[in-house]
Amino acid sequence: MKKFAPSPHGLRKVHPPSRRRVLLNVAAASVATLAAPYVLAKQAAQVVVVGGGFAGATAARTLARDGDGDIAVTLIEPQTQYTACPLSNAVVAGMRDLKAQQFGYDALDKDRIKRVSARATGVDPTARRVTLEDGTQIDYDRLILAPGVDLRFDGLRGYDQKAAETMPHAWKAGAQTLLLRRQLEDMKDGGLVIISVPANPYRCPPGPYERASLIAHYLKTKKPRSKLMILDGKDTFSKQKLFEAAWKELYPGLIEWVPLSSGGQVVEVDAATKTLVTDFGKHRAAVASVIPPQRAGEISAIAGVADKTGWCPVDPVTFESRLQPNIHVIGDAIIAGGMPKSAFAGNSQAKVCAGAVAQILRGETPTAQKLINTCYSVVAPVYGISIASVFEPRDGLLTEVAGGVSPMDKPASFRAEEARQAEAWFETITRAVYG
Amino acid sequence: MAARIMVNAPASAAKGEVIEIKTMIAHKMETGHRMGTMGQIIPRDIIHRFECRYDGALVFAADLFPAVSANPFITFTTVATKSGKISFKWIDDKGKSSTSSVKIKVT
Repeated sequence: MKKFAPSPHGLRKVHPPSRRRVLLNVAAASVATLAAPYVLAKQAAQVVVVGGGFAGATAARTLARDGDGDIAVTLIEPQTQYTACPLSNAVVAGMRDLKAQQFGYDALDKDRIKRVSARATGVDPTARRVTLEDGTQIDYDRLILAPGVDLRFDGLRGYDQKAAETMPHAWKAGAQTLLLRRQLEDMKDGGLVIISVPANPYRCPPGPYERASLIAHYLKTKKPRSKLMILDGKDTFSKQKLFEAAWKELYPGLIEWVPLSSGGQVVEVDAATKTLVTDFGKHRAAVASVIPPQRAGEISAIAGVADKTGWCPVDPVTFESRLQPNIHVIGDAIIAGGMPKSAFAGNSQAKVCAGAVAQILRGETPTAQKLINTCYSVVAPVYGISIASVFEPRDGLLTEVAGGVSPMDKPASFRAEEARQAEAWFETITRAVYG
Repeated sequence: MAARIMVNAPASAAKGEVIEIKTMIAHKMETGHRMGTMGQIIPRDIIHRFECRYDGALVFAADLFPAVSANPFITFTTVATKSGKISFKWIDDKGKSSTSSVKIKVT
């Protein structure tokens, strides 16, 4: 029913300090006058989102759709196409095309989100201004950072960007995913594949074990004399009982998991010989996937919203940074308590954050929401397992209040159904975020 | 059942060289502060003493307390003085000692 031109917003050098107050007054007036929407459009509050992954794209769209025209949304994302991580382990194992993981931003453009294809390189929290790599400045009333993770090439001795070309992390989907796939295809039958897993926290807690499972499937069907070893910096992992039961059933004797307490922590790698050094031994691999320690994406440190852990503490109701006002952080970059670093968690946080930002801009008080995470792991083409949890703000963090994993001891038909649901889950979330 | 023990020490070293030794033993390190399902206290059972002897002489020891997490991982250094045996001993609250040793060649 509101008919007005898209709000003028975006690249401005001047930020009138009182504009938000003006907006709030106008918002109050709009209840009473029919002419208000036109005024509102002119006074749209500026929300800038950095990062076009599951969390960032969701936040931008939620605000653009629900903002009712009084919020102008800018999305800063250097890539013109997003390559999704969920199910990318199936690409590694040759079961899926990388194209099935890739999504454009056309639908966001149709939502009247102003998309800026550039890298954000600076944030001035006092002036409320983002700087792009070309020097352009964008002012904001509220900034939402969804920077994802950076792989720490200073976090594991011997593992730098060059080493990643030999021992792929494949922990950001794209060229690395295909490199690992190619290495597996080139490997002779009888080779040892090693996956190195860091200590918590890292992106996608069950991901390394799904990767082990699907590589095991590839080895079992294509290179049956080969073995797979997981060197782990932890003693327990997500969906552990389900994974271990599945490995016993599907890949007996193929996967060896070496936990921390058995000397599994990798402390050094040598890319030239594909050797992984633990505290108590050395392992030479034919193919090695080294998942290094991680931290919040670089812009979070630049903006001053990451603490000394490398991750971002936030308010669990609004996702506003505890370190900088007017900046919200969502997705894998945050310290979320019990909530894992997953696509669905980021999507869930983005919706709550977008709602809270809209409320704040209208002068309302954000209310605490429950958040959900759902995560499927595919252990074989027709064998899926899952975890689902509900979280709520408690003691300053997000605490799990309900949830569970797939039941144990179920027939193959049950696992096959969950594998189908995993596909459906991916279709649903990517259609909601990018479709 | 013998406890799982892991030791990483150099097999050889130059005389006078500072060598690093890493040790880990699998142990639950029950603090004595936790309650069981019926509300009863789970009795304390920790490794409270670790010793390393180099050819019989004590070169490193540690007293451990309930705050130390499960599977204590102890790393320390000593000076390579002569060829011989480096032995390790862990003693828990039940009085059980677990031992391990490595040989080092010093030139």
